[in-house]
Amino acid sequence: MNSPEMDFLLSVRGLTKQYAQKRLISGAHFTVEALRGVNLNVPRGAAMALVGESGAGKSTLVRCLALLEKPTHGEIDFEGHDLLTLSSKKLFRARREIQLVFQDPTSSLNPRMTALEIVAEPLEVQREGTKDTRRRSAIELLDQVGLPTSSGQKLPFEFSGGQRQRIAIARALALRPKLLILDEAFSNLDLATRDSLLQLLFELQARHSLTYIHVSHDLRLVTDVASEVAVMYEGRIVEHAPTAELFTRAKSEYTRLLLEAMEIDSAVIDDHTVEVMR
Amino acid sequence: MRFIARRVVHSILILIAVSFLSFTLLQWAPGDYFDGLRMNPRISPETVNGLREKFGLDQPFLVRYERWMRSVAAGEMGFSFAYDSPVGPLLWARAGNTFLLGGCSTLLAWFLALPLGIWMAVRKGRWHDRLFSVVMSTLLAIPDLLLFLLLLLLALRTGWFPAGGMTSSGFDELNLWGKVLDLVRHLALPSLGLAAVAMPILVRHIRAAMVQALESPFLLAARGHGIPHQRLLWRYALPAASNPLISLFGLSIAGMLSASAIVEVVLSWPGLGPLMVQSVLARDVYVVLALILLSSIFLVSGNLLADLLLYASDPRIRVEQ
Repeated sequence: MNSPEMDFLLSVRGLTKQYAQKRLISGAHFTVEALRGVNLNVPRGAAMALVGESGAGKSTLVRCLALLEKPTHGEIDFEGHDLLTLSSKKLFRARREIQLVFQDPTSSLNPRMTALEIVAEPLEVQREGTKDTRRRSAIELLDQVGLPTSSGQKLPFEFSGGQRQRIAIARALALRPKLLILDEAFSNLDLATRDSLLQLLFELQARHSLTYIHVSHDLRLVTDVASEVAVMYEGRIVEHAPTAELFTRAKSEYTRLLLEAMEIDSAVIDDHTVEVMR
Repeated sequence: MRFIARRVVHSILILIAVSFLSFTLLQWAPGDYFDGLRMNPRISPETVNGLREKFGLDQPFLVRYERWMRSVAAGEMGFSFAYDSPVGPLLWARAGNTFLLGGCSTLLAWFLALPLGIWMAVRKGRWHDRLFSVVMSTLLAIPDLLLFLLLLLLALRTGWFPAGGMTSSGFDELNLWGKVLDLVRHLALPSLGLAAVAMPILVRHIRAAMVQALESPFLLAARGHGIPHQRLLWRYALPAASNPLISLFGLSIAGMLSASAIVEVVLSWPGLGPLMVQSVLARDVYVVLALILLSSIFLVSGNLLADLLLYASDPRIRVEQ
């Protein structure tokens, strides 16, 4: 997947994450290795899918990338800077560049804040503009994600699941990030809502030159959204290839098994899909 | 306003129901205050019957209830056979003392438990958290009576605190500051005892609610936006954890009267506790009824206060109403 002339927004090298655990009865300490030396390059403007079975380390990896967890070893190079060696002040600024949309919009939105407050909060934290400009930006963002501006004063529980996910996306876009990570963001949504959100993401990508990482174990979704796919297994990236290539000529035995498990074969990838993915 | 009006009406209905039920149950109880007089050979049955007539005990049940309710509405709360006076004046002086003790101990317990519970939640699983969990479990395992007796022993052995009562003998001669200090010295031990009884439960609830709030996905999402730790703690986690804590606060107000009964008896605090014990033993039925009603008023007020605080603090409740 890597060629010397490619412009990578994000390069991950040798990323390891270990968790110290304790046995229930003996009390003996042991280590669980969630990430085992992950190497990954994400080209600027790409829509990458990160797939793998549950427990493969996908969520741990994206949480490390979004700086929500500190890796044990390795480097996260974002636009030429290793995020793990940045000072706390620079790290605070860097957070705005990478935003994460969580799987469950219901629990990922503050239930006591209105939609406008939720979307404006990152701007306030990063001290962007005045109260009025922040409010205007939040209204614009809600509009961009297809929510009526009149809904800004509503609380999250007054929205449907799809609308909540739109608020979460608007919040993630508030700081104009360069990388948007969607951690199974569509898994709880019905097909119609999912499709309209995907359409929205395509539009936003075109408008804001966004780079996406979609975490999913729904390979059908992957074919719809991703130009390239990285397959994770037991804390490692076992294969990383353009989507069409991966679905037609998977090199890794695990990828083939995963594809079989999802009952997807090369027939699913018709010419039109491949064209869209390009 | 509709929410508040509904809650107030609801509370009044509960109080009427409690008054009727407790009155009924106490009327069904065998014997009354005057049965003790019948055992006295120097008092004739006619005299006893005359006394029963005088206090209206010969009247039908509903008439007695109606009279008692009128008396409650007038603030007299019935008539004490043992003290030969209306119950109201007996109650109000003591209720003030109990309220002072209960209020101070509740505030002290929350003042200590809130920061401790939050601190333990933030340090979940670390040795500080484990150490204080053991301390709280130990405190919870000690029976209230034993704890109060230990405090009494401490007061007697060290002389640091008065061993009982609410004021010293020369209280009236003291100036205002001296009176305040004297009251605080007498208040310290029973307040500390009651706070120590309440604290383990409060700390456990506060810690659990904060741990749950700190691990909630919206807090993780907020952290992803670079929101600093202190802001996350106070503006996100604490409000998220506040609903069960507000309900708990309402319950601690509600339980103030019953919680302080034992400590008042052990440490001779002139509150409602000793009066409750005396009137139950003497079958002074209207005093017992007034205490039950007062206890219900505390319970209903505590819950009403919790509902109002929830209404004020949680926008979801305001929207739903």
